[in-house]
Amino acid sequence: MGKMKKKFASGIATQYISRSQAVKRLQISLKDFRRLCILKGVYPNEPKNKKRANKGSTAVKTFYFMKDIQFLAHEPIIQKFRDFKVFVKKLKKAVVYKNPLTAQRLRRNKPVYKLDHIVKERYPAFVDAIRDLDDCLSMCFLFATLPKSRSTPERIIRMCRRLTVEFMHYVIAAKALRKVFVSIKGIYYQADIQGQTVTWIVPHAVPSYQPADVDFKIMLTFTDFYVTMLGFVNFNLYTQLNLSYPPKIAAEDDVNRADDRELVTAEENFRERISAMNQSLMTAVGTVEEEPQMDQFPAATETEASAVEQARQEFEKVKKLAALFAGKKFYLNREVPREPLVFIIRACGGECSWDRNTAFGATFDENDSAVSYQIVDRPIEKKNQLINRYYLQPQWVFDSINAREVLPIEPYLPGQKLPPHLSPFVDATGYQPSRETVILPPITERVPDIGMDEGEENVSDSDEDDASSDEESPVSNKSKDGKKEESSKPEMVVKRGAPKRVDQKHSEMVQNAEEKRMAILAMPKKRRHLYEQIMHSKKQQQKEVRKLTEKRKVIEGGGSGKKKV
Amino acid sequence: MSTAKVATASTTLKRKTAQDAAPVAETAEELIDLFVDAPLSEEEDEEGSDNSSSSADEEEQDGGVEENGERETDEVEKESDDEDEDGESDDSSEYSDLGEEDSSNEEESETEDGTAEEKPEKGLSKKRSSEKTAADISPASPVAGPSKPAAETDVHAVRADPAEYDIDSSDEEDLRNTIGNVPMEWYNDYPHLGYDWEGKKILKPAKGDELDRFLKRMDDPEFWKTVHDKSTGQDVVLSNEDVDLIMRLQQGKLTGQGDPYEPYEDVFSGEVMKTSLVTRPPHKRSFIPSLLEKEKVGKLVHAIKMGWIKPWKPQTDSTEEPEPQFYALWEKEKTEDPQSKSARARERNATKAPKMKLPGHAESYNPPPEYLLTDEEKKKRLEQDPEDRTLDFVPRSYPSMRLTPSWMPLARERLDRCLDLYLCPRKTVLKVHVNPEDLIPKLPKPKDLMPFPTVQAIIYRGHTGIVRGISVHPDGQFFASGGDDSTIRIWEVSTGRCFKTFTAPDKVVSVAWCPKADVCLLAAACGNDLLFFNPEIGDKLVCSNTDRLLGELDLSVAPTGGIASFLDVNDAERAVGLRLKLRHTKKVTSISWHGKGDYFSTVAGDSGGQVVLHQLSRLRSQTPFKKLTLVQKALFHPLKPFFFVCTQRSVRIYDLSKNLLKKVLQPSCSTVSSIAIHPKGDNVLVGSYDSRLCWFDLDSSVKPYQTLRHHNNGVRQVVFHNRYPLFASCSDDGSVIISHGMVYNDLNEFPLIVPVKQLKGHIKDGESGLAVLDCQFHPHQPWIFSAGADKTIRLFV
Repeated sequence: MGKMKKKFASGIATQYISRSQAVKRLQISLKDFRRLCILKGVYPNEPKNKKRANKGSTAVKTFYFMKDIQFLAHEPIIQKFRDFKVFVKKLKKAVVYKNPLTAQRLRRNKPVYKLDHIVKERYPAFVDAIRDLDDCLSMCFLFATLPKSRSTPERIIRMCRRLTVEFMHYVIAAKALRKVFVSIKGIYYQADIQGQTVTWIVPHAVPSYQPADVDFKIMLTFTDFYVTMLGFVNFNLYTQLNLSYPPKIAAEDDVNRADDRELVTAEENFRERISAMNQSLMTAVGTVEEEPQMDQFPAATETEASAVEQARQEFEKVKKLAALFAGKKFYLNREVPREPLVFIIRACGGECSWDRNTAFGATFDENDSAVSYQIVDRPIEKKNQLINRYYLQPQWVFDSINAREVLPIEPYLPGQKLPPHLSPFVDATGYQPSRETVILPPITERVPDIGMDEGEENVSDSDEDDASSDEESPVSNKSKDGKKEESSKPEMVVKRGAPKRVDQKHSEMVQNAEEKRMAILAMPKKRRHLYEQIMHSKKQQQKEVRKLTEKRKVIEGGGSGKKKV
Repeated sequence: MSTAKVATASTTLKRKTAQDAAPVAETAEELIDLFVDAPLSEEEDEEGSDNSSSSADEEEQDGGVEENGERETDEVEKESDDEDEDGESDDSSEYSDLGEEDSSNEEESETEDGTAEEKPEKGLSKKRSSEKTAADISPASPVAGPSKPAAETDVHAVRADPAEYDIDSSDEEDLRNTIGNVPMEWYNDYPHLGYDWEGKKILKPAKGDELDRFLKRMDDPEFWKTVHDKSTGQDVVLSNEDVDLIMRLQQGKLTGQGDPYEPYEDVFSGEVMKTSLVTRPPHKRSFIPSLLEKEKVGKLVHAIKMGWIKPWKPQTDSTEEPEPQFYALWEKEKTEDPQSKSARARERNATKAPKMKLPGHAESYNPPPEYLLTDEEKKKRLEQDPEDRTLDFVPRSYPSMRLTPSWMPLARERLDRCLDLYLCPRKTVLKVHVNPEDLIPKLPKPKDLMPFPTVQAIIYRGHTGIVRGISVHPDGQFFASGGDDSTIRIWEVSTGRCFKTFTAPDKVVSVAWCPKADVCLLAAACGNDLLFFNPEIGDKLVCSNTDRLLGELDLSVAPTGGIASFLDVNDAERAVGLRLKLRHTKKVTSISWHGKGDYFSTVAGDSGGQVVLHQLSRLRSQTPFKKLTLVQKALFHPLKPFFFVCTQRSVRIYDLSKNLLKKVLQPSCSTVSSIAIHPKGDNVLVGSYDSRLCWFDLDSSVKPYQTLRHHNNGVRQVVFHNRYPLFASCSDDGSVIISHGMVYNDLNEFPLIVPVKQLKGHIKDGESGLAVLDCQFHPHQPWIFSAGADKTIRLFV
């Protein structure tokens, strides 16, 4: 007989480790462990068999991969954490014993840690970093708008602002912007960076305050890492685009304009001009990259040919988008949110400017005869408008970029009720709202019951239900008749019989539905569950679409009624 | 003057002192001058007159000096040449210049006062030269010293005072006020400023008003260099020299006094004397290197070597962290910079966090109006838990972009995302992209499996309570039913007419026709009794035959006292149609006949109980399975001498001929409700209250061949059709499901089970939760009867 095998000495039980065990093993506090996990990107994993991972116990626990924890144990930053703890203790002591010199010396030698190696470790290839850029960008853009406080030090905020501006400069220079969406939460941007789709959200640029219910400590740790990561990503992106990093403005003499120099230092002036994003950056070496052209590929099969054709069309569209506003000059009025508009207009090849007194970086005046569009967000009287340009609301720019063409201007004239701003991220499967403007009262009427006036089009949506009800109908009718007989004596009347029309199509449909229902009954449990789940989600979607369609109908009816009045 | 000349030639030092004395005398004069307005003025005058002769002498002397102004300076030059060889010359010439200037100034003022005024000035300059060695000269002293207006006003008073040298000390400052170093503010409220050397009050000079001051400013060209002396209360006009001195001090220049290039006198010389001044020999430790120091230095050197001590780096701000430096982190490609094996493994096993959900139209700042919530929807949303809401925001519409406010919960949202990223356990879930239609099994079409009941044909109404049981007469013309209204009714199938109604003493639970063809006997379970009726329907011969057969039974020999005993009926009951009673000690819940119609079994007990086997011809009862309790149903095999007993969780099959337990079927459901045996006898269908049907193949296994979940609620009854390959099940969900259950003769082929029709019609009784309680097939038609809780019996054809 072989040696008895010990339980939980191999397999899942050794692959996973619970959090408390991990903390004990690493000999750090839970707080430090969390920080370490954030910085190193280590996360808990759901074991395939919880009970076995938990060595037979069924208590609820969080599990990490054993390998991950072993990997964490080799992290040099842990030593830095310990150093910091020692530093805090020493400093406290020095302060309590009133040794200002010691305290000062200690402060000067405060242990700091660098995250460069972690960035490289987490993202061995540059593409990996870009793939993971969504959260990083959203967080940095959020922090860039926060006010300085104890929990959000000014250093981080400044860095976030600097790096996000640099990133936007990259997107402008690379013409990588693809989609924009103004939501109530902020403005979403989607860019195509080296074949990766990167989406981020920027809060609306209104002074934001720090919410009390949010613990910024965790976010700060994340941001610490994200700042380092974004810095390196920016560096790489700039290098690949042949731009000098840190960014410099191409037109040097323009930077040192006399009018602004009186008010600010040269450094501030430079920073302001960079963040105005209105001037292109200096290239490191004066080479012009060739525009990539799509080659013609011989397609073997028909599907391949269509795929190639589709790719071609997409390529053409993107090319068109990059030069959507090429050669156009935009003048932004004071009330218009400047930064997003400058960003998207310049990313599509346009030029813009604004009132010199409102912000830095204006390049031309309102009276410039070459201005083709003036973006206004307030009703403006006709007599105050210059005749050689279009006055438009800002949504036109956003909608044009999403449509990838210069949209007609009529619906966007100042003072007009705007057409709805639709999300470019929604695919064409669900409900497709109309792009027309609806002038409408607030909807408070009750939406009528779905199915009452649904008509024919919705029958197909739920043939099952209909079929079942149809199938039931003779039975229920009969029962109703029977009840009638019981309750009141019907008059004996002989009526002329009418030939019963049989709807062949309908009856066939009913029969098919019945057959299907019966077949579903015969399904094995597992499959039936899956089928029901799929059908449930489908039905939910259909319900949503129906609801929206109904609402729209009511709105249009109400709207037109009002118009007539 | 010749005398003066001689004197100078002989001893410069003497002369110096004499000249130094002059300003001191002048200060004395000034002291006296202060008493201008004092009542002492007369005295002064007297004194002045007394001392006139001496002053005249002096005047003579002075005049001589004045006359020889130029010469004198030359002499000074000479003297200075004597004293120090070269360094002094500049200063002295400067002085001479000053002297000239002074003289020119004096020439202007001479018109008024003659020579008298000049002297103090000279004296001052001399005095300064005497103070050359002193490094520091307070600017106050020269300012306070000579006061021109004072000199102007009281020239003769100076001359009058003979005692001027008595109180003089050239080293001391010029102090006329003796109050010492106290704040002058203390005298603000007094008419005097302090006390002079003689203890007399020094009165405050008259103070002009603003107008005077203004006029003075306008008129007096020297106003700009007039300062107020607090200690004397006088305005003092600074001389040009003083102004010059002040300016020099302000500009940080040399004051022009003293020698900037004085030779360095090495007092404590570094030179080692050849002969020591002291005789004591030096101590040993003075030329042995210190061990303690060596130790200390050694420690430091070691620390430096080990890198513990680092050179101090200058930092501008100690708390400020340096800006991070970015460089080409991904310079080397992944292939050039291979990862470790473990790192690669970790990368391979990593579960990437899913990306954030992208926003839909509803999140737009200007969404289509149908996305906005109505008041009702808003109210409904408020009532929902935050987790149940489909959207985590209320869609809103803003007329223009500039009016869009910042979204406050954005930070919260980011935090939630962060928490998800580092706290949420990750798991890879495979998502199935499957067309739901493909999941539906391909079955033979029900149309091809005809015939089976499809539509409701007749509703039999008459019962006033729940109909619990039905039984179709073997010839198929009639059927009997019994229910909670304590009646047993006989119906004609085709017309729906209720032929007969028997009233039972208690609720009827179950009815069953005797399967024997030549008798017309109906058994009904009613309370503790099993009642045998002869309904006298159909063939009269059969009816009379039944009566005859029952009459032959000798009830007197029937055993009594067991679990069940046969009882005779009285005449009244006989007239109604009752022929025999079988009284149990417990409540009878179900009956089932053996195919030959002689044996039958009952289950007695309140909620499931014991199986009692009866033989009608011999009026015997026995309980063969005493240990079995909680029996739900008992059934005879249609062909073989087997007996099926359903307990709550299993079906036990007994071989009656061998008296042994043949098999125990495990339907793996909680409570078995019903059982049916296929007419061919090889398959068993078991229905349970947990809405499952289990199809057993008796030849293969004790586990179900197939578990069917056709119903949504507990199954009450399952039946097989005698002729057609059909079986039916009825349930509390109100439906009867007809299925095609084909059993092939080929043993290798599995039975084909296809649900073909769901029959609905019975209405669920809300109170009891019951819907369809029993269903029975017609013996030779593809029809089915169902008994419902809605007091009806329905026929589906």
